[in-house]
Amino acid sequence: MKAVKGQWVQIEAQILSPKERAQGIPEDTSKLPYVMRVKGYLEDDEAAPGDTVSIRTLIQRLLTGKLLEVEPAYKHNFGSHVAELADAGNTISQLFRSLEDKGH
Amino acid sequence: MDYSYEAVMGRKNEIVRSSVGIDYGEFEQTGIAFDYEKMMSETAPSISEIVEIQREAGVGNTPLIELRNLTRLVRSLSPEGYGARIFLKDEAASLSGSFKDRRASLSMFVAKNRGFEGVIAATSGNYGAAVASQAARRGLKCIVLQETFDSNGRGQPEILEKGRACESYGAEVIQLSVGPELFYYLLRLLEETGYFNASLYTPYGIAGVETLGAEIVEQCRTQLGREPDHVVVTHAGGGNLTGTARGLLKAGATSCKVIAASVDLSGLHMASDNDFNRKSFTTGHTGFGVPFAVFPDRSDVPRNAARPLRYMDRYVLVTQGEVFFATEMLARLEGMQRGPAGNTSLAAAVALAGELPENDVMVIQETEYTGAGKAPSAQLSFAKSLGVEVVRGDPRELDKPGTRIALPESLSQFSYNEIPLERLKRSYIRQILKKGIDSFSREERDYLSQELRCDIETTDTMIKEELRNGKAKKR
Repeated sequence: MKAVKGQWVQIEAQILSPKERAQGIPEDTSKLPYVMRVKGYLEDDEAAPGDTVSIRTLIQRLLTGKLLEVEPAYKHNFGSHVAELADAGNTISQLFRSLEDKGH
Repeated sequence: MDYSYEAVMGRKNEIVRSSVGIDYGEFEQTGIAFDYEKMMSETAPSISEIVEIQREAGVGNTPLIELRNLTRLVRSLSPEGYGARIFLKDEAASLSGSFKDRRASLSMFVAKNRGFEGVIAATSGNYGAAVASQAARRGLKCIVLQETFDSNGRGQPEILEKGRACESYGAEVIQLSVGPELFYYLLRLLEETGYFNASLYTPYGIAGVETLGAEIVEQCRTQLGREPDHVVVTHAGGGNLTGTARGLLKAGATSCKVIAASVDLSGLHMASDNDFNRKSFTTGHTGFGVPFAVFPDRSDVPRNAARPLRYMDRYVLVTQGEVFFATEMLARLEGMQRGPAGNTSLAAAVALAGELPENDVMVIQETEYTGAGKAPSAQLSFAKSLGVEVVRGDPRELDKPGTRIALPESLSQFSYNEIPLERLKRSYIRQILKKGIDSFSREERDYLSQELRCDIETTDTMIKEELRNGKAKKR
């Protein structure tokens, strides 16, 4: 999906390459680049994911990076039904009912 | 300008000084010692001034709610005459949904007064939302840095939610991959923008929490005609505990015990890309709780105003499964959906209350908002998607951070592991000895005895023994 000037987008940019990173970090982390993602309004006239673009953030800072997503959505949610958790909830309610029955 | 990791870290002191506006050198004494109380009193406003600042900022005065059904349930399983009355300070009622508003409100007040154009906070927790919210109220620009995603681009749902919250308040959110270079990037941005460093660990960040402790005492006096006996605090970086305890003392509750509680995440490496998403708690855990207790000055300012060992009476660890179960209890028994990370102290309280006399008053000192990404179902679904097992069973036997989360089968399976404070105190001493220091002036020994909250003789003995142990190891 192409983005046009003024559209809300997310970019990604490398901050440090693997060899520029801090000393003494775990091996699995040290072989990866240190990367940032940030959202803002596209400054370029038109761009496709992967293009190097500029954006203006919510506080008007001008940043450059690779276009990652156009109008990114918040996708976090309440999760699936977790049977063990629902079961735990029922245990609690039963315990409470038995207390009520005993008149505690 | 050289922006390499080493060069930026080398400019740390000057960047921090200009972005926090505190000359920490003024409080330094000889060697390792510094005057903590002088730093607190000369930089932060007094507690009565803070109350005013927070009132104006819409912060504080959250309700203290008795958890009657939970207390009944605990008592039904305790010996006759046992089961303390449990109360909960509902900090989720704060503007941005957590007690962190208290910390942010004071920092934003200072930033605005000093004429800063904007503020920056490096945090994946509720503090980001609090800073963004308070910055919005004061018309300050705000950048929040969050360690968010692993190399697969996957983000912990709780952190994604905090990012959403910050953006909703108009903040620029910079999501970062896994690694301690968060601090490097914070320094770089502070230098580039000239913004205020809304560090969690300045005197403002800590003094802002003092009102929480003081409110608990006042509310107990008004509602119960007495002071609390025990206050349970979810412990991570130490600011919550330090600020609350100082507030309790300032309000005159000098005999109240302060109990720290953290989720046990031992075995998971906090800077590992592989482990990053295998934890179901992004704060309130041992990955922060232990290191910040034994070496507070590891923080992003030269002298951390959070010094938990000065105030901690006990330190207990609970499991992830117990906290999720306690979160369900709060919903089912008390009609309150909160947390879960803030419910770490609630889980500890369930186990602790049964061991205390029924006349005792125990206060769980905070809750936090819940919602998409934060709710237990969100956290547990995410954990399962990464191959973490979720089971019912005894957490003490089955819970293994990063591998398995065990939700208790009954209330009787609630327990805690207590870390003896002496172990933490000795570890604190070893952190100092590691730097090659092996003799201490009188002023330094006095300082250590305040830091470790024990008399000078005990302090001297521990130093001597740790020096001897260290030498024996070297051989």
